[in-house]
Amino acid sequence: MIDSIKDKVRELLDSGEIKGFLGLAEKHGHVAPHLFQQGEDLDIMVLGDGAHPGDARYPLSKYLINLYRAYPEETFGILVRGCDDRALKTLYTWNQLTPNKVIPVGIACPQELADACECSRPYPDDITAGEQAEPRLSETVDTIDNLVLTDRFDYWMSEFVKCIKCYGCSNICPMCFCNECSLKCDDLIKKGELPPEIPVFHHTRAMHMVGRCIDCGLCEEACPSGIPLRTLYKKVNTILSSNFDFTTGMRRGQRSPLNSLEPVKGNK
Amino acid sequence: MDYRTVLTTCTYCGCGCNFFLEVLDGDPIGTIPCKTSPVNEGKLCIKGWNVHEFIRNDKRLKQPMIRKDGHLTEVSWDEALAYTAQRLKDIKAQDGPDAIGFLTSAKVTNEENYLLQKFARAAINTNNVDHCARL
Repeated sequence: MIDSIKDKVRELLDSGEIKGFLGLAEKHGHVAPHLFQQGEDLDIMVLGDGAHPGDARYPLSKYLINLYRAYPEETFGILVRGCDDRALKTLYTWNQLTPNKVIPVGIACPQELADACECSRPYPDDITAGEQAEPRLSETVDTIDNLVLTDRFDYWMSEFVKCIKCYGCSNICPMCFCNECSLKCDDLIKKGELPPEIPVFHHTRAMHMVGRCIDCGLCEEACPSGIPLRTLYKKVNTILSSNFDFTTGMRRGQRSPLNSLEPVKGNK
Repeated sequence: MDYRTVLTTCTYCGCGCNFFLEVLDGDPIGTIPCKTSPVNEGKLCIKGWNVHEFIRNDKRLKQPMIRKDGHLTEVSWDEALAYTAQRLKDIKAQDGPDAIGFLTSAKVTNEENYLLQKFARAAINTNNVDHCARL
């Protein structure tokens, strides 16, 4: 599978179509984000599989924003899975990246990863390698939704209280690009208090994931306290989908319903 | 264009979390927790997440310093180590080994802490060893 990715990247680099390819490499025995540049050996390229498929994924589109800000005239290639593809589409809409400066090289996730992620679309638009896996609905959201209200409230409060306020969830998030962050605003979140006020801290972030969260799950993987953040944001996405017929990152140029001043079509 | 992800170990505490420093044209612009590290498995605390910030601080010491004529002056490691060794010998000869104490650090490894207490007891002959976590 990786050979077809390497061939494609070599072709893009050799033709001069891209300045560099942002992907993953094995360095010092670890999977690392890496910018492959012209003439470089692609032998170290990997796809982010450690003990399980896709368990060493990184928010590559976030690093692409850094490159784009420093070199806005250059075109870059980037390794994309289904979630990364949704991230790119959303970042174009939010004017953080320019589509004609980005060339995605896509891989479809294997069924094992699609199942683990409960991914609604485990493949990008253009697939260079891999076979389309079956999409999955979120059973974790259903499980918690089926609890009676008091139990559900207790469940979330007992999770939120574990927060050590590392900001890992927003630091790793490819959709967290704001210059000023509400979670670092002194009036909302007091300094020096642990855990941060619950559930305000987590609900503020959840609200800000409306129209942003592309369900990559990296927040949950980065959480030292094991808070099921992905389930929380999946719930946000479920509400968006059922009430506004909107799925973040599915269609390029489609704006979040909460960012529109017009009456929203499809509102039930 | 020089974009690198440089694998390194957090200096904040003795846990030894691994991360990559995201370095663009020589400038550290981000910290990326290493997902394949058996120590931190892609997670970091708030201090680790901000390592790229503090290493750029102007006040960070990058060279050893010796106070000369009342002013802290940057010196080479050879000069600093030779000076320290000589002063330790002088103090021990004049006032005895218990005139010297050693403070170890939570920011270094277990092995480095072991070495320092070994040096205190075996080379200097004092049990005056303490730790920054008790200060």
